[in-house]
Amino acid sequence: MDLHSRVPSGPIELKWDKHRFEMKLVNPANKRKYTVLVVGSGLAGAAAAATLSELGYNVKCFCVQDSPRRAHSIAAQGGINAAKNYRNDGDSIFRLFYDTVKGGDFRAREANVYRLAQISVNIIDQCVAQGVPFAREYGGLLANRSFGGAQVSRTFYARGQTGQQLLLGAYQQLEKEIARGGVAMFPRTEMLDLIVVDGRARGIVVRDMVTGRIETHIGDAVVLGTGGYANVFYLSTNAKGSNATAIWRAHKRGALFGNPCYTQIHPTCIPQAGEYQSKLTLMSESLRNDGRVWVPTRAGDARPPDQIPEEDRDYYLERRYPSFGNLAPRDIASRAAKTVCDEARGVGPGGLGVYLDFADAIGRVGADAIRERYGNLFEMYERITDENPYRVPMRIYPAVHYTMGGLWVDYNLMSSIPGLHVIGEANFSDHGANRLGASALMQGLADGYFIVPATVSDYLASTKLEKIDATHPECRLVQEETAVSTRRLLGIKGTRTVDSFHRELGRIMWDKCGMARDARGLQEALARIPELREEFWRNVNVPGSDTELNQALEKAGRVADFLELGELICRDALHREESCGGHFREEYQTEEGEALRNDELFAYVAAWEYTGRDAEPRLHREPLDFEYVHLAQRSYK
Amino acid sequence: MNLILHIWRQASPSVPGAMVRYEARDISPDMSFLEMLDVLNERLMERGDAPIAFDHDCREGICGSCSLMIDGLAHGPHRGTATCQLHMRSFRDGAEIRIEPWRARAFPVVKDLVVDRGALDRIIAAGGFISAPTGGAQDANTILVPKPDVDTAMDAAQCIGCGACVAACPNGSASLFTASKLTHLGLLPQGQPERYARALTMVRRMDLESFGHCTLHGECQEACPKEISIDTITRMNRDFLRAGLTAGRAAVAESD
Ligand SMILES: Cc1cc2nc3c(=O)[nH]c(=O)nc-3n(C[C@H](O)[C@H](O)[C@H](O)COP(=O)(O)OP(=O)(O)OC[C@H]3O[C@@H](n4cnc5c(N)ncnc54)[C@H](O)[C@@H]3O)c2cc1C
Ligand code: FES
Repeated sequence: MDLHSRVPSGPIELKWDKHRFEMKLVNPANKRKYTVLVVGSGLAGAAAAATLSELGYNVKCFCVQDSPRRAHSIAAQGGINAAKNYRNDGDSIFRLFYDTVKGGDFRAREANVYRLAQISVNIIDQCVAQGVPFAREYGGLLANRSFGGAQVSRTFYARGQTGQQLLLGAYQQLEKEIARGGVAMFPRTEMLDLIVVDGRARGIVVRDMVTGRIETHIGDAVVLGTGGYANVFYLSTNAKGSNATAIWRAHKRGALFGNPCYTQIHPTCIPQAGEYQSKLTLMSESLRNDGRVWVPTRAGDARPPDQIPEEDRDYYLERRYPSFGNLAPRDIASRAAKTVCDEARGVGPGGLGVYLDFADAIGRVGADAIRERYGNLFEMYERITDENPYRVPMRIYPAVHYTMGGLWVDYNLMSSIPGLHVIGEANFSDHGANRLGASALMQGLADGYFIVPATVSDYLASTKLEKIDATHPECRLVQEETAVSTRRLLGIKGTRTVDSFHRELGRIMWDKCGMARDARGLQEALARIPELREEFWRNVNVPGSDTELNQALEKAGRVADFLELGELICRDALHREESCGGHFREEYQTEEGEALRNDELFAYVAAWEYTGRDAEPRLHREPLDFEYVHLAQRSYK
Repeated sequence: MNLILHIWRQASPSVPGAMVRYEARDISPDMSFLEMLDVLNERLMERGDAPIAFDHDCREGICGSCSLMIDGLAHGPHRGTATCQLHMRSFRDGAEIRIEPWRARAFPVVKDLVVDRGALDRIIAAGGFISAPTGGAQDANTILVPKPDVDTAMDAAQCIGCGACVAACPNGSASLFTASKLTHLGLLPQGQPERYARALTMVRRMDLESFGHCTLHGECQEACPKEISIDTITRMNRDFLRAGLTAGRAAVAESD
């Protein structure tokens, strides 16, 4: 298999414009004749479905929630980046591009990142036109805040609910197109497999989650915007329903999986409280604009925070990274928290926490200003912990948050299966080995509103597709296989619940493939996960039937996929003998404990090919060139 | 803590449901309400019983999936709190708790505690948007929005579409839901061109679904997890009346 990134030639700032001109167009009268299947209605999926419909294509859109408005994107808090330079603080498209490539620890494709920075500007315009109520200054202009990994203020926000407002904007455009008849929406419908005919993606098999009916939908192109796979760790900041099933099953049909081991651990989450914990809650990174992170200087100091005087506190981010301070990028801030907790300087139950303290900020600007900026986050914190963060410092700890890895795509966001496009968090994306804050919303919307509508048109205009319907032998086969594996899950009737397997997998992943990894631990995980998977298929208990709403069955299918994906993540982590971004291998670090990349051997995208059950996946490499941002050790000191 | 739960069980829309009694032992006060149900479900499954179906996803009060009547109150006893944000420390040890789905004609039960809220999406589809196809937007800062307007718009835009307002309303009205979208869009300069048409089509759609009428009981704003105010309903009524007048005049003009 040849990996073609299809990056256009020419200077980086002209590539996208040139490519847009060179791409083929579909005649307006012919667009109606094409059907595009969009799976997912998060920022990426809803934006793509609405825009493709506006262009005139027939769109079918699928999501697992009861309404497209509930996709996981709704939970994004802090903001969205754009190189508007409204603050006149030296921002530019090139600077956003530069920050993102550097923030990703030089493991992203330059041309994609540059395009993302260019489009960021249009996104804000688009969202304002839709009525997204971004925060404003008194003069009526848009307001900005800062996020990690940047020294400019380029983040647009709507209180602590930016994702909600952006998603509602996209959802409303989607509903507009549903009403017009351009989009047929299928909520509570889960994609369970991909149909590939003559080497091209031509359809999907779905399960109606209310009736259990398994059906086939045929289209001329398929777009997956199904989100990330952080829930492979069981505990994460993602919504409970976030899953890898759509991308994993597409992977098994031939789509390469890019950089699965690049997972992001977010430094500021509410620490776990007990065994029953079902998910972790993020406290937005924007809090680090005003909150100061510290722990006691002395190990085992058990005094309450207000009794620890200044001289006994270690503001370790400000100390170690003076120029970025509390706004050091996520991977660095998370590892620094782990380091101080490993030194027994952590706070709260089990010593797994650090303080995020607002006392100085409240002293400086007053409690009301802080409430205005973060009121809903403070409330959320208090509800969960029963502690008032206006009075006592928050306790935070890193948690799994985002997955930079995903299905490999070329410059057109097309996977290695022609006709299968992948957008948003589901693709291996533009964030390299570490994503900077406020850039996932930007990427999801860039992909959905601006990139994929153009590249799907080009694909359709330059491809001749045979007419098929659901009676095509390949469709029947895939549909039958889906029905069989669903019945198989129900037939095991073992003794362990689906969740108990999921928790166990999550623990293995967190211990062996979490914030820090080493060869021995990864090898242990690679031995343990197949055993757990074997036990799952022998001993899981999935109650109920396949002809009803059956949440245990839905979960079982997803956990079955996580049990396979988890192994690939560990394999990828083991093969990458360097540290970069969120992938930190204990064996490869500088004397000061910073990540040590190996550009000579590992400046490539690892794209894994599925080769069959229990067979070793095959590794393909897409070399990465850095022409515009020179390879250097990242420094935030 | 130990609790007695009475939970609505209904296998499918076509069969009758009933309250069933469960004991939930050794519940930690730090658990969220949904984690308590998770624990109960794990125990039911270990016993070979069918788990209780309920909607949930984000578990942080923003997606609007969770939707439980707890002791007759939509989202339970606390103001401004969705079910998923409720913690067991709000209940006393030994308490008996009744858990039911949203009860409204427009929200048929799908299974157990899960209902169909598709009618809310259809209200949005009827006009709850600004027609802004991708591509044509001008620079964002050329549209100035006074801060107080955007703040009030944002208060309304926070609606999570959970349907608690409908469930809490004695008439099963979706007025607060519809009014919050009309307020959000109607306060922004971008929302002006379609403002009155929007009020007309959304309110008409609401009437076509099986929602009841608003008689200003005010239960909706008590139940709303985002504490959206019924002032939005006043705004909606004003815009709707004005839209009706304008539409009437347009019809007369056309027949001339
Ligand atoms: C708590 C939190 C806060 C965040 N804050 C920020 C922030 O401030 N700024 C920022 O830039 N990023 C933030 N992020 C990251 C960002 O929110 C996500 O990366 C982004 O929203 C993902 O969007 P998406 O469209 O790719 O996927 P999602 O929003 O996850 O949508 C996935 C869609 O796919 C559907 N789906 C999934 N599987 C299937 C299937 N098998 N069949 C059918 N449909 C399926 C789902 O129903 C859903 O509609 C945050 C993330 C979290 C967890
Ligand atoms: S589960 Fe999302 S609001 Fe309660």
